[in-house]
Amino acid sequence: MIFFKAFLVGGLICVVAQLLMDLTSYKITPAHILVGFVTAGALLSAFGFYQPLVNWAGAGATVPLSGFGHLIAQGAVQGVQEKGLLGVFSGGITTTATGITAAVVFGYFASIFFRAKG
Amino acid sequence: METQPLEIQKKEYAKIVKEIRPKPPLLRNVAGAFVVGGLIAIIGQVFLNFYQGLGLSLQEAGAAGSATLIFLAALLTGLGIYDKIAEVGGAGTIVPITGFANSMVSSAMEYRGEGLVLGVGARLFTVAGPVLVFGIVTGWAIGIFYYFFR
Repeated sequence: MIFFKAFLVGGLICVVAQLLMDLTSYKITPAHILVGFVTAGALLSAFGFYQPLVNWAGAGATVPLSGFGHLIAQGAVQGVQEKGLLGVFSGGITTTATGITAAVVFGYFASIFFRAKG
Repeated sequence: METQPLEIQKKEYAKIVKEIRPKPPLLRNVAGAFVVGGLIAIIGQVFLNFYQGLGLSLQEAGAAGSATLIFLAALLTGLGIYDKIAEVGGAGTIVPITGFANSMVSSAMEYRGEGLVLGVGARLFTVAGPVLVFGIVTGWAIGIFYYFFR
């Protein structure tokens, strides 16, 4: 059941992005989509709307980049609870550290080992 | 034959262009994004369950699952397979965390010729940079707000 929910929510979040790209006359690049979804995820999380989605759909809500924004917002709040003002500066990166390091390290080695085509 | 004023010619031309230009295959794009985005989420859920089965907490399993997806996306981008999936998946391959990894590797690979520092090092962050900037600033603002108004 959780797999079905993950599929449904993960798919629908991507559909929102596809509609934004196809139906608006602005030139929306993948960079705009990713930035928009991270920001939207963080804001939705701050207002308490994202955690229920994570509870219901699991990876369907955490795998899209809005889940990354949710993690940043969660981290900022946890940081304040644990360390006060200093946590405002450290919290958001703490929860996302694994993902960021994985992306930089694997990204680095992939672009060293492989050659672009053409 | 009397030629029409330029304004009318322009309007006529715009009308013809609008009629001839192929409509974006919206339904196909949306279906592709839904299926591919959903499948990537299912793969994420498989890893999430797997790491929880190994005894990791939900948060740890989520981090490990994301790292695994990022590894696979970097590998598939290097092999040229991710771009093939993206032709069908559209936004379904952009929005998941795998799309984040894909954006880093593809631009770094493309500009590798400019060297390790300004090619690979800088271009890894063509898209990831803005994402981190806006993500971190938003998170910081949420933290500040929470600190003063909790």
